[in-house]
Amino acid sequence: MSGRTLYDKLWDAHVVHVEPDGTALLYIDRHLVHEVTSPQAFEGLRLAGRRVWRPDSVLAVPDHNVPTRDRASGIADPVSRLQVATLDENCRTFGLTEFGMDDRRQGIVHVIGPEQGFTQPGMTIVCGDSHTSTHGAFAALAFGIGTSEVEHVLATQCLWQKKSKRMLIRVEGVLAPGVTAKDLALAIIGRIGTAGGTGHAVEFAGSSIRALSMEGRMTLCNMAIEAGARVGLVGVDDKTIAYLRGRPYAPEGEQWEQAVAYWRQFVSDPDAVFDRVVEIDAATIAPQVTWGTSPEMVVPVTGRVPDPAEAPDEVRRRDWARALEYMGLEPHTPITDVRVDKVFIGSCTNARIEDLRAAAAVARGRRVAPNVKLAMVVPGSGLVRAQAEAEGLDRVFKEAGFEWRDPGCSMCLAMNADRLEPGERCASTSNRNFEGRQGAGGRTHLVSPAMAAAAAVFGRFVDVRQLEGVS
Amino acid sequence: MQAFTRHEGLVAPLDRANVDTDAIIPKQFLKSIQRTGFGPYLFDEWRYLDRGEPGMDCSRRPLNPDFVLNQPRYRGASILLARENFGCGSSREHAPWALADYGFRALIAPSFADIFYNNCFKNGLLPIVLPAATVDRLFREVYAQEGYRLSIDLQAQTVTTPEGEVLTFDVDPERKHRLLHGLDDIGLTLQHVEAIRAYEQRRRQEAPWLFA
Ligand code: SF4
Repeated sequence: MSGRTLYDKLWDAHVVHVEPDGTALLYIDRHLVHEVTSPQAFEGLRLAGRRVWRPDSVLAVPDHNVPTRDRASGIADPVSRLQVATLDENCRTFGLTEFGMDDRRQGIVHVIGPEQGFTQPGMTIVCGDSHTSTHGAFAALAFGIGTSEVEHVLATQCLWQKKSKRMLIRVEGVLAPGVTAKDLALAIIGRIGTAGGTGHAVEFAGSSIRALSMEGRMTLCNMAIEAGARVGLVGVDDKTIAYLRGRPYAPEGEQWEQAVAYWRQFVSDPDAVFDRVVEIDAATIAPQVTWGTSPEMVVPVTGRVPDPAEAPDEVRRRDWARALEYMGLEPHTPITDVRVDKVFIGSCTNARIEDLRAAAAVARGRRVAPNVKLAMVVPGSGLVRAQAEAEGLDRVFKEAGFEWRDPGCSMCLAMNADRLEPGERCASTSNRNFEGRQGAGGRTHLVSPAMAAAAAVFGRFVDVRQLEGVS
Repeated sequence: MQAFTRHEGLVAPLDRANVDTDAIIPKQFLKSIQRTGFGPYLFDEWRYLDRGEPGMDCSRRPLNPDFVLNQPRYRGASILLARENFGCGSSREHAPWALADYGFRALIAPSFADIFYNNCFKNGLLPIVLPAATVDRLFREVYAQEGYRLSIDLQAQTVTTPEGEVLTFDVDPERKHRLLHGLDDIGLTLQHVEAIRAYEQRRRQEAPWLFA
């Protein structure tokens, strides 16, 4: 018999019961909750007179609706305010831990889970949010669920799941200086498509993945969902364990030793078999920029806006044409000729300390270009913000003309006051360039933090590999 | 949950691939703490010419005449025909809520995004996967014939065209069973309380830090 994949091991460790057709009842170790996808779930519990099965497994935080400045005066929009207040109240009623809006640990749900050590190897982790795949960087089986399932996990600590197929994306070689996990993620999506991972749990492996920091691995797993995969995974290694040591929710003392020994098994066996394998050569990857309204519509910064006439089929020809019209772009335009109106550095993809350092390295000693109306940096959490301030990064940004904001999802999806106006073009470190994602009519180009900072100072896209000060 | 057994209805063609959940229900409507009332905002940015905000009276808003659901011949449609990777993007269950609230009972596409597909079943909405070539043909038939209706039978796993052609589709036995009978997942799970407790007890032994 062949060995087991990491996904198989995680799955097997959590099966409570199996139906004849293979549908399994899986036990859930950790449940992250935010204000947008939970109110109807709590209401469901209330209507049925149910309690939360294991309150200690839940960590809640408001992130999507929170303002990123002048937080002391609260949330201006009454609808957003009600949603956040509803989360506060539900956490009180059901006895759940919440990092409220004024807590310094507050931040984007997928940033704070790992930061607190709440996310650990070998766990099942769910959240009513598709980017829960982020936590797979810690060899945890982590995936997004809908509100009915949020209610189900709250009530039963379990979920009904069908096993996915296994896919391996093996990345070998060295990423060039200035090329990051974000570029790797976008290049992979460009290659396999936004539905390329549908029905699969994707494991990222190979020397390039081992070389990535935990932050980089989180960025990569975060984007697995943009490749259609609900689950992105990286096996445990020394970096995983070193990252978790001493975090507030990580085990301590004897339990730490016991946990580490247990965590070490969460890697794929050498002879494990995958349903599909994709090989990527890291050395061939350049910084990436999306040009359309789907993350798969991406080219290297050295490339040009494609011509729908060259699309591989009729459906895509029409999609490309529609995307170019929405984006206000002409075929064959060099990407470096595209000018931007706003720059957003933030989101659960790229708002950790390493991301802010990379952006600051570009911003240092430079100025935001006059044609850029707004360049904003939104740290992923209050603790990331504090760390960045301790390193003086906030000053670097402010001196360069960036706005330094309070943590939250912000303009990743523009549920709070931060948004694009119709027709505005944005270089964004977030994960989705869908129509209207950052504001109705807004035009999003997904890039890495360094590329976003460079777009801010040049007012257009530039190849960060050609800049001084980029390591 | 509303059960799904058979359904016969008018088909609307949404001729785009990768229709994402931001398009199905834009983020401003996610601020609601209710589970109902999303139908008027379904496909909001495509459907109306103005910018939609929660609480607006949609009957007074200017409609985009080019959008398929605004064309008189598709009024009252309850089956949506779409292209690849329908429902990609976020996990927001507001997407199936909006589709169901609008009046859709079934969706047909060559593929659906995983989380969206799963969410549909929790809301009495049947997502049907048919081969891309078949979907392509259905698009042509819908365009060619006004009042084009399909008839769906979940028990038999069939879709029948107006000409009487019978197409079959796959669905997981467990999902089918629950949808056919409109069963409540939580209720079913709570029949396994002892197994859950036994699992927890075993885990507490082998991985006590998980329960700290
Ligand atoms: S930062 Fe963006 S993608 Fe991440 S959880 Fe918030 S809204 Fe979702």
